[in-house]
Amino acid sequence: MNLVGLGLVGFSAFLLLILSLIKRKSPPKLRNIPALTRLYRAVGLSVEDGTRLLIGLGSASLLTQYGGAPLAGLRLLRHLTERTSLSDRPPIAASGEPSLALLSQDTLEAGYQGAGAGEFYQPTTGRLTGMTPFSSMAGMIPIMHDENVSATVLVGHFGVEAALLAEAAERQNAFLIGSSDALSAQAALFASAQETLIGEELFAASTYLEAGASNSTSLTVQDVLRWIIILALLIGSGLKLFGII
Amino acid sequence: MRIVAFVLAVLTGLIVLVGYFIPALAPVESLLLNWAIILTGMAALVGVLNLILVHGTKITQREKGTVYSAILLVCLFATLVFGIALGPDHPAMLSLVNAIIVPVEASLMALLAVTLLYASIRLLRRRANLMSILFIATALLMLAGTATLPFGEIGLLNNFLRPWIQHVLALGGARGILIGVALGTLTTGLRVLSGVDRPYGGK
Repeated sequence: MNLVGLGLVGFSAFLLLILSLIKRKSPPKLRNIPALTRLYRAVGLSVEDGTRLLIGLGSASLLTQYGGAPLAGLRLLRHLTERTSLSDRPPIAASGEPSLALLSQDTLEAGYQGAGAGEFYQPTTGRLTGMTPFSSMAGMIPIMHDENVSATVLVGHFGVEAALLAEAAERQNAFLIGSSDALSAQAALFASAQETLIGEELFAASTYLEAGASNSTSLTVQDVLRWIIILALLIGSGLKLFGII
Repeated sequence: MRIVAFVLAVLTGLIVLVGYFIPALAPVESLLLNWAIILTGMAALVGVLNLILVHGTKITQREKGTVYSAILLVCLFATLVFGIALGPDHPAMLSLVNAIIVPVEASLMALLAVTLLYASIRLLRRRANLMSILFIATALLMLAGTATLPFGEIGLLNNFLRPWIQHVLALGGARGILIGVALGTLTTGLRVLSGVDRPYGGK
């Protein structure tokens, strides 16, 4: 069983490599996700308005099984920082886990350097707002109220507590796009946030902001693997139906 | 320096990944994970220093919410002093957690129930489409099927509709979403392992 898992990881890595080489020069084709189009617009507006962007990365540790969503959040943070680094008010990254807070500071700095504005980076913009999911969310609400935030992006591992921030954004007339790898949070955000990313859309967010070949390749790999799983499920159901397994 | 960080990160990631699948490498994997846990502990200290810096700046520059920042810093230092003096397992320290942090988080959870109810009512005004209608209709059906009703159970709802929605539609959909999340996590991990994404080491 362990070797099957290793094989799946190896096969995915092989696909990623091959597809990167094949798709190196072809322009990426992405389906329309309205939530990300609105995010793109909100980021532009925040720079023009001189208002702030708040990016929540959740409270999952990178050492746990929930580490994938925060990593996708850091990737999006990097792109958003590059786009908004020259704004009057720099973006703030809020985390509910210490190592994630450190990485967010590093990512913010990299984003500023990538935009050629390294001297504008402020270490206090990468914050640890709490050590538990609820305290972290409670720590983000005052930032939204006091620091002129016009758009909030939640990308990471959140629970239902994300709805509290969505409610605060609604009162503030601020835009909020929410995503989480937890099903409960996705349901809560669907009801309370202006826009929600469901399931794997969380991992596609940065690709839509910076559609490079390497970014779109990982989406293609996900599609290929998804089709393989669908086929395996269908074949398995068929075999079970006919009493072969 | 960045190259060293990159090589170290990729090597460590590969060892931990392979150690998960091949038992012979498990001791090395365990050692590396223990180092990571120690580093996370240090990161907590850095995070607290960052918190002090953020709120200290707010107080010195008399920004909005200065009073709350002051209360936060006073409580932080008081907890630190008592924690060092008495130890984290002292009954006074434990009661501090049980009497303040646990009730506050429970209150937030209670507030969440009201928030979600209000958000569901507002959903149709914000996004009046088929998905919103389905969402609310399903939530109402599940509530009616779960709650104790004054006139007793509704047979069709309790015995057929609710279990069917729960075990067929919801479970199937949830599995689909989780497979999507798992595949996203897999490719994100591979991107970090191959160095395409580097959430470390600056530019």
